[in-house]
Amino acid sequence: MISTIVVVGGGQAGAQAVDTLRREGFAGRLLLICDEPALPYQRPPLSKKYLSGELTAERLPFRHRAFYDEHRIELKLGVRAVALDPRARRVDLDNGEALSYDRLLLCLGATARRLTCPGADLAGLHYLRTVADVTLIRAAIKPGSRVAIIGGGYIGLETAATCRHMGCEVTVLELADRVMNRVVAPCVSEFFAREHRAQGIHILCNMQVTRIEGAGRVERVVCADGSETAADALIVGVGAMATTALASDAGLACDNGILVDEYCRTQDEAIFAAGDCTNHPSPRFRRRVRIESVDNAFEQAKTAALNLLDRNIAHDRVPWFWSDQFDSKLLIAGLSQDYDRQVLRGEPASRSFSVCYLKGAELIAVEAINHSKDYMAARKLIADGARMDLAKLANPNLPLKEAAAA
Amino acid sequence: MPRITFIEPDGLRRVINAPIGISLMEAAVQNGVRGILALCGGACACGTCHVYVDAAWLLRLAPREEMEEGMLECAWEPRDNSRLSCQIHVTADLEGLEVTVPQRQGAM
Repeated sequence: MISTIVVVGGGQAGAQAVDTLRREGFAGRLLLICDEPALPYQRPPLSKKYLSGELTAERLPFRHRAFYDEHRIELKLGVRAVALDPRARRVDLDNGEALSYDRLLLCLGATARRLTCPGADLAGLHYLRTVADVTLIRAAIKPGSRVAIIGGGYIGLETAATCRHMGCEVTVLELADRVMNRVVAPCVSEFFAREHRAQGIHILCNMQVTRIEGAGRVERVVCADGSETAADALIVGVGAMATTALASDAGLACDNGILVDEYCRTQDEAIFAAGDCTNHPSPRFRRRVRIESVDNAFEQAKTAALNLLDRNIAHDRVPWFWSDQFDSKLLIAGLSQDYDRQVLRGEPASRSFSVCYLKGAELIAVEAINHSKDYMAARKLIADGARMDLAKLANPNLPLKEAAAA
Repeated sequence: MPRITFIEPDGLRRVINAPIGISLMEAAVQNGVRGILALCGGACACGTCHVYVDAAWLLRLAPREEMEEGMLECAWEPRDNSRLSCQIHVTADLEGLEVTVPQRQGAM
């Protein structure tokens, strides 16, 4: 008999899990532990419309307070789970409470990777993960501010675009030889670097940051080549790490994420995990993955919630991602690692094109730039394990959905 | 606030008061309308806030832009009256609008 379910973590995954549990008829006690003080909210707008001020904090939450009350979901906001005892089936909170559970779902999310170089503790250095982080950034910048951004990934580039739009002088310092090097093809990196430069952003690659300098607060970033970038505010977006301490301290196996099976189960039969914090098998891609995305958090949490109720459903979806930078939209379907061949559809100069990744003849991923048709078609083709006709695929005038091999 | 009717996937009619100035999707999500997932929060990137707009209303809405058009073309069961609700802005003129939520959302 499952009478109490505790969900730890109020991000996309945790919020979705409690929603699904109630919709699927779980009538027992249901608690959601959120370490942030805000109602569970959407993170994607943080680097975009929330930073720019276009979206106010009241519009970020997934649900109003009334939703949780109506569905008898006990929200514990601003409370952190500090210890987990799997044998006693108990979670200890930092407010002194101890919660007993029959089933536990860990949706611990990810934590911004920290800089470790000298000066990394100076005031004026910001990470961007929570609404509180962005509220601070908003207060720190104004038109004309010199903003330095370390990291040319999704967060760095979206933030750069937003700050530029707000009238700041923006410099992006990227360690690799191109922006977004871990997630997109070189021609896509080039396209976005060009877009940013055209808007007046300085994109500098091959920049190894060695120290941050300033008298009590950030004044400049110094790189290995001796160059200095003056900054009124510094934003660091150098990736995120799975948040696993609660699980690993309790003896649950972790390796770049909490290890779960395709049913979202950890080693402990009463404990499940979902979202950015998990390392899970992808039957479709035939390897273990850790995925940081809204889509994976949503889908895996939904599946985990069903499995908490003993439904035995495997999590095996085609992941998808998006990024908005200025007026361009990057849409990605699938996972491109282990590909054999890249096929470009269309011309980057046209500002609407896509890059398809094949493993053998099978389509495994597509990066679509301002091309929602290829992206949506790809989500279906990848899900179907479709094999492609190379000649048709390379013809951008033929819809992607018609390029499958006969 | 205009009253807008959503016919949920199980056939239930849900009438909500939609605040002016936000998107139809946001109004639906805030009110817990079933079948509107809106995973991307209105970025026109997920295709999970798809609705069918009552024919009488179709011409009274701003037409679909290219990005929305592309998202809908490969959505689950697109029709001539398909729209992404994140791309419809709530105005006073929408009083009485009726939309139907499809059985499934996303790329199908």
